Amino acid sequence: MAEIIEKLITTDEIKTDEYLVNMGPQHPSTHGVLRLLVKLEGEIVHNVEPHIGYIHSGIEKMTESLSYPQVIHLTDRMDYLSAHMNNEAVCLCIENALQVEVPERVKYIRTIFDELQRLASHQLWWCASGMDLGALTAFFYGLRDREDILDIFEETCGARLTLNYSVPGGVMFDIHPNFQRKVKAFIKKFRKTLPEYDKLLTGNIIFQNRTKGVGVLTKEDAIAFGVTGPSGRASGFSCDVRKHHPYSAYPYIKFDEKMGTDGDSFMRWKLRMDEMWESLNIIEQLIDNIPEGDYATKMKGVIKLPEGEFYQRVESARGEFGVYIVSDGKKNPYRVKFRSPGFSNLFAINHIAKGWKIADLVAIMATFDLVIPDIDR
Amino acid sequence: MTNEQLIAHLTSAYPDANVKQGTQYPEITVSHDTAHALMVHLKSDASLAFDYLVCESGVDYPAFIQVVYHLESTTHKHFLVVKANTENRENPVLDTVADIWPTAEFHECEIYDLLGITFSNHPALRRYFLDDTWGHPLRKDFKDDIHVVER
Repeated sequence: MAEIIEKLITTDEIKTDEYLVNMGPQHPSTHGVLRLLVKLEGEIVHNVEPHIGYIHSGIEKMTESLSYPQVIHLTDRMDYLSAHMNNEAVCLCIENALQVEVPERVKYIRTIFDELQRLASHQLWWCASGMDLGALTAFFYGLRDREDILDIFEETCGARLTLNYSVPGGVMFDIHPNFQRKVKAFIKKFRKTLPEYDKLLTGNIIFQNRTKGVGVLTKEDAIAFGVTGPSGRASGFSCDVRKHHPYSAYPYIKFDEKMGTDGDSFMRWKLRMDEMWESLNIIEQLIDNIPEGDYATKMKGVIKLPEGEFYQRVESARGEFGVYIVSDGKKNPYRVKFRSPGFSNLFAINHIAKGWKIADLVAIMATFDLVIPDIDR
Repeated sequence: MTNEQLIAHLTSAYPDANVKQGTQYPEITVSHDTAHALMVHLKSDASLAFDYLVCESGVDYPAFIQVVYHLESTTHKHFLVVKANTENRENPVLDTVADIWPTAEFHECEIYDLLGITFSNHPALRRYFLDDTWGHPLRKDFKDDIHVVER
């Protein structure tokens, strides 16, 4: 820190009224341990330099000494709010490499879990970013509804956060007998409570003043910075992996890719709210039609991928999650790279936050939905 | 363009490079000195228009370190994997592509941190995850003398 300031002063990069402020690593709106070195002039943001790595856990290095099923257990420690999508990405990558066809039942179960996970993630994003902007009541509403989904997860697979439900070739257990009934009850209830979310925040004039027109990301910049997920789609970048490269049961169902045009913080907010409605539609199409059959295909005891390189992309709650596996034919991967959506999204913040007030920086960060373990890995 | 057309187009444009159909996507392998020029062409050619850098990763092979670029075109919807081989493992240097795709700036910092590839012309190359006491952990010969005690 002292070296950076000294360097800036000696090179005249810092002007008379500019000063540096550390936002984080223990700042509530960073949702974890992220340090933003913000260069300010008064309240105006001139530059944002993210410093990451406080919870770097070396997952990519660890995978090189683990077997493929063990790798799956690490992936839900990265983006813990999209745990099931991350698990599924590795499973799909292994299945594609071995050319294993999973039963139809598995595809349906996985897709329902994907969408439940997306709902749970967006609920937590909604309540936490409401809190970032000073609306504490939102936090209780969001967590109240998220409990229902976590209870459904717990009943079927025993875990609430780190699911580990997907295994290569299928899922770990069959769904609980109550699963369908509870999911339907949840949808019915949530369709009533979701308009409350809009009433509480989206229509609030103070909230709209703080987000409308703030931090505009153009479509060209979204593509150039690789901003995917709801944040990218709010700028008009059509990047939904579920639509463009469908996997699991997504080819069988009808759903809209929600798109925005403005690319401001309010649009990013609105888009996630719309996605929640769309997730409910997707689950409703699937929940009554889960085919009978096995919940997993039989796989070999020791999974060895053929020599080669495999890339699998899925749509997590934050954007495009990619798994790149280089295999040399042994039971451990030669190299695994996780393309995490948060990593690419984070670095677009500097580009769009310039010229805004420091309080707007909080609004921009809140609508980008950052999860720090996803960035640090 | 379909994968076959893409391969045919790239083979005629780059006879020296190794173009083939990989396990999933078309792949083109180039050496470190021609990588940047190829990538400028991939982005600017209207019939290719690879404007979205999906993923950039480094892989440590016994003879060299390779940087792998997963590219997609948002207009034509085709996908290409570009592999750039560095000259050696001792002092790997590669031209940055941050001037072509801004997102590469940050992926390259990560690769520099974990694999020790220096990217020339990079605007701000720094270590993201680890401090200077560490080596480059994703290299296969990495040995951690400070943090791992072997009995």
